[in-house]
Amino acid sequence: MTDTQIIPGVERRLKNHTSFRQTLSHSLTMAYRGLVKVRRTPEQFFDVVLQPILFTPMFTYIFGGAIAGGVKAYLPIIIPGILVQTIITATVVTGVQLREDMEKGVFNRFRSLPIARIAPLAGALLADTVRYVIAATITFGMGYLLGYRPGAGIEGVLMGGLLVIIFAWCLSWIFAFFGMIVRTASSVQGISLLILFPLTFLSNAFVPVKTLPHWLQGFVNGNPISHLISAIRQLTSNGVIGHDFWLSLIGAAVIVAIFAPLTVRAYMRKA
Amino acid sequence: MISPLAIEVQGLVKTFGDNRAVDGVDLRVPTGSIYGVLGPNGAGKSTVINVLATLMKPDGGSAKVFGHDVVEESQIVRQLIGVTGQAATVDEGLSATENLVIFGRLLGLSMSGAKKKAAELLEEFGLTEAAKRPLSKFSGGMRRRLDLAASLIAQPPLIFLDEPTTGLDPRTRIQMWETIRRLVAKGSTILLTTQYLDEADQLADRIAVIDHGKVIAEGTGAELKASIGTATLQLQLTKAQDTDTAMQVAHTVLGVKVNNPSEGHITAPMTDPDFVTDLLVALRAEKIHLSQVSVQEPTLDEVFLTLTGKPSLAEKGATE
Ligand SMILES: Nc1ncnc2c1ncn2[C@@H]1O[C@H](COP(=O)(O)OP(=O)(O)OP(=O)(O)O)[C@@H](O)[C@H]1O
Ligand SMILES: [Mg+2]
Repeated sequence: MTDTQIIPGVERRLKNHTSFRQTLSHSLTMAYRGLVKVRRTPEQFFDVVLQPILFTPMFTYIFGGAIAGGVKAYLPIIIPGILVQTIITATVVTGVQLREDMEKGVFNRFRSLPIARIAPLAGALLADTVRYVIAATITFGMGYLLGYRPGAGIEGVLMGGLLVIIFAWCLSWIFAFFGMIVRTASSVQGISLLILFPLTFLSNAFVPVKTLPHWLQGFVNGNPISHLISAIRQLTSNGVIGHDFWLSLIGAAVIVAIFAPLTVRAYMRKA
Repeated sequence: MISPLAIEVQGLVKTFGDNRAVDGVDLRVPTGSIYGVLGPNGAGKSTVINVLATLMKPDGGSAKVFGHDVVEESQIVRQLIGVTGQAATVDEGLSATENLVIFGRLLGLSMSGAKKKAAELLEEFGLTEAAKRPLSKFSGGMRRRLDLAASLIAQPPLIFLDEPTTGLDPRTRIQMWETIRRLVAKGSTILLTTQYLDEADQLADRIAVIDHGKVIAEGTGAELKASIGTATLQLQLTKAQDTDTAMQVAHTVLGVKVNNPSEGHITAPMTDPDFVTDLLVALRAEKIHLSQVSVQEPTLDEVFLTLTGKPSLAEKGATE
């Protein structure tokens, strides 16, 4: 044991609040923790790695001929679809993992440390963007292998990737909120997939809206996921920032505006 | 100089629904001492620690750590304490080093500073070899030590240890005691809970006995033991017909009332261990042979019986 004597409690000058810089540093450390954990349990990345690797060729070859008359013509349609579907489903994990984490003993230690209360939440959301980046990279990479050559080049791809990551990050607040209010981690997963499944499939991700029954077209066209996918198709195919782009961003902002305060409030009650 | 109080608790109440888990507890822990909170399962020991460690909000009364209110100034209190809870509070998914480095970073150390501190603490707690192993491969004792190490990163002047030796083997238990004593020698104050009277007696300068959320006795180990009676000397005679002579000899040498609970078995309160030698010598002189000699310490249950006049919660639960 180091022989330095401990500074007596009454002689310490201490502040009762955490500065913004400290909050940022605590959140980054919590994000770092999330990433170190992944190194130990890489299976946490299965969804964002395997889903694009499997789904991209699968959907491309199954639907390609029927829908677009060929694989090459279908790729610019399907790649943004798969990209959005994969990343949107990956957002659920945020809520599940956060909840699991909060039920573990180590959370009690975080709560007894002089750190910003919000840091574990902020850190978790921050670390998850890494998952989205991986998913985006692999989806575009798979597309490239299958012959996908987006018209807008690398800039279009980067812009599209960035948009979906921002959107996913905003969306993850919803599931973080569910993570706070439901009783168990597994029910977070159940509820979230129940919401996401229709949203991602009843969109323009895989088939042109025209081919759908009339009553469904209304829903699909109004589905924010459809707007996101259209926005990414425009960005990657011809580098256009259209009204779908703005609609997606506004939608994402609305989600954050509603769910971030709700989540933080629910979280602070527990933390 | 009167040393300032490290902990001052007044009329502390914490309820869970109808259950008054902590029901008006007062504690005064002087700086630089080891304070033991002794009680059976469900007495409210962990709840007291949880409130003091800012993990739970009290429902009544007040609690101060070095003069800082645990509710109003919780963030200051957190800078003054290290907590080793009853359940493990380290990250199962990480290695020992990774755990300590992350806690060190959260406590404001630089990356290199946190690594250095982690290595230092692991060395000190004999965990260097296991430093890179995932915690799922740790034994209970190793996890306990890591938990304590994690509480010491910031060199806090006040350390809470909730049942630090429960589940440890006797050797590891003694090591834990030594560690605790070293911490106090460096200037820390320690509040520990335990279910073992001998542990409280060995370690603590003062002890509070709690049951059903109330402090039912408080004082030094010696004071408490004096209040609950003394150890009992137990002798088993080889030949039962020696009983009368043996009892007479014991009465003369020890000067106390000697009992004969069963055939060839005599017991006597042991006020001074020195007299035991005299008794054994005297029995030898009378050619009385013994098949067994033992000393029975007062048990925690006896403490509760004496202090509350009823069996402890744990025992009640077991017989119901
Ligand atoms: N989070 C909680 N919610 C509801 N009741 C609780 C909670 N924590 C403790 N209790 C109840 O409060 C009482 C005191 O519990 P506590 O954990 O403080 O006892 P303890 O003295 O630490 O016991 P042990 O020796 O078993 O650790 C018990 O009746 C327990 O059931
Ligand atoms: Mg306990």
